[in-house]
Amino acid sequence: MWGHANGKGAMENHATPLKPERMTYGEDPAKRVELGVTEKLRLDCGVSLGPFTMAYQTYGALNADKSNAILICHALTGDHYVADEIHPITGKRGWWDLMVGPGKPIDTDRFFVISSNVLGGCQGTTGPKDIDLATGKPYGLSFPVITIGDMVRAQKQLVDYLCIDKLFLVIGGSMGAMQVLEWAARYPDDVFAACPVAGAARHSAQNIAFHEVGRQAIMADPDWQAGDYLNHGTDPKRGLSVARMAAHITYLSEAALHRKFGRRLQDREGLTYGFDADFQVESYLRHQGSTFVDRFDANSYLYITRAMDYFDLAAEHGGNLSAAFDGAKTRFCVISFSSDWLFPTPESRAVVHALNAVAANVSFVEVESDKGHDAFLLDEPELFDVMTGFINGSAAIRGLT
Amino acid sequence: MNDPQNGAHTSSIRVDLKLIADMIEPGSRVLDVGCGDGELLAYLAKTKQTDGRGVELSMSGVSKSVRSGLSVIQGDADTDLKDYPSGAFDYVVLSQTLQATYRPREVVENLVRISQRAIVSFPNFAYWRVRLGLLFIGKMPVTDTLVNTWYDTPNIHHCTVKDFVETCRDSGISIERAIPLTRNGDAMALAATGRLANLLAEQALFVLRRPD
Repeated sequence: MWGHANGKGAMENHATPLKPERMTYGEDPAKRVELGVTEKLRLDCGVSLGPFTMAYQTYGALNADKSNAILICHALTGDHYVADEIHPITGKRGWWDLMVGPGKPIDTDRFFVISSNVLGGCQGTTGPKDIDLATGKPYGLSFPVITIGDMVRAQKQLVDYLCIDKLFLVIGGSMGAMQVLEWAARYPDDVFAACPVAGAARHSAQNIAFHEVGRQAIMADPDWQAGDYLNHGTDPKRGLSVARMAAHITYLSEAALHRKFGRRLQDREGLTYGFDADFQVESYLRHQGSTFVDRFDANSYLYITRAMDYFDLAAEHGGNLSAAFDGAKTRFCVISFSSDWLFPTPESRAVVHALNAVAANVSFVEVESDKGHDAFLLDEPELFDVMTGFINGSAAIRGLT
Repeated sequence: MNDPQNGAHTSSIRVDLKLIADMIEPGSRVLDVGCGDGELLAYLAKTKQTDGRGVELSMSGVSKSVRSGLSVIQGDADTDLKDYPSGAFDYVVLSQTLQATYRPREVVENLVRISQRAIVSFPNFAYWRVRLGLLFIGKMPVTDTLVNTWYDTPNIHHCTVKDFVETCRDSGISIERAIPLTRNGDAMALAATGRLANLLAEQALFVLRRPD
């Protein structure tokens, strides 16, 4: 869920052999590691996956006692290029460039920052567009359905591979916040501080509904070819583009849309009495859709939206959300935004109530903003101030300078 | 930086908060309900190494507290206290907030449930100036501790020292200490729950325990 419009001249992931190489913006700075080699990753759906590739990026330096590591979890369409100056595929800056970097709230002069592409993704970590070694063909829909829990267990393997016993902070927005909560619930001793931003402990009916619209748009595109488009040499761009357009509306707010576009017309004096993009908002959405398809795989979109839909942390703990955090020593900072209607404040408050019920150490701030769900990616001074305070306070208690 | 050990509030503290802080044992778990911008919590973290939490209604107070590294949530006494498990804290503090709650009796019962000791302070509506103001001027009293006019006051459940003592008795709550206070928050040398205190104390501070 990115707020940024995306670049031109993008390419599909270069790991895909079935597509011709297109222009990239320089060398890919990301690292890759084979995981699940000795022991396969047991997925919630019952399938064991391995070996699989995980693409990740790091910034800053790990200190001697390995106590300054921060894991950043990305959102639905995000990736591990958090703070790069030039994203190798879009040419844009990293998606959380405002938050992460030298002297920024997540200060890469002080902390060792790790971010990985989620399992099922399409930016280097194994996902449905990659080759299934068993068949020599792309997985497509034979890729197992994955969950937020699976993503987190895969990340844990990466953190183990990096020989880090305890993460100083796990942080993320939206689907990233779901991963943060999953981390804190599953590995309470390995997470010193946790910051779920604009998230929820479960995906609401309304959000599942929006995702279903997106998936149906993809599957209605004849080029989707029942999920087997990579073997047919087609690309369900129209379906994926519509899915992105619908989803993008949910990341904004009425006020933000009104301020940005109002009813202003796009490069024309009057209505054309047709179905061109008369309005700026239409043109904007079409641009969002068309640039998105250059960097994202349609099947990955199906799999990752499904993972979010399946997420229900309370259900994993007998219907009692506070049981997920029982005995937690982790310091939590829960953050929501007043105009976010995709992950509205009551969802964050439910997490806070569950944490209070086990007397966990928790801060909770609702940031006043009219920018909707995407506010977590944007220039929100109060967000930065709160984050800085929480991180510095936690670092002082952890004994980090 | 803004860590709790070096917060902005730690060198000096309001007189009434100092009195509360002096009652709190070092290293204890403290919940400050209505913690404002975290003045007491920051002071306690600095001077007593407490494990402090706060609940605050105003977003600006919450934001200031969290920015200075304190653990504070946006919430209020009426809705958020019921979530906490029994005995979760060594001390719960409710300073000058009780009279602004919707269900003060339930609030007090929750305070003693979730703590070993609840420290509660409130303005005494039986203070003589309040009584005389109502008697002779015939208007809702505005004093140094009750600064709002009737139409914009957040205080919806005023009580007196006598009312509070009776309510604690009815709820089976033990009063461990009671201290009548001047407007500045200085302790007065009076029998705390007696008639004279109810007349002369501008505010009062109670240390409560749950019934065992």
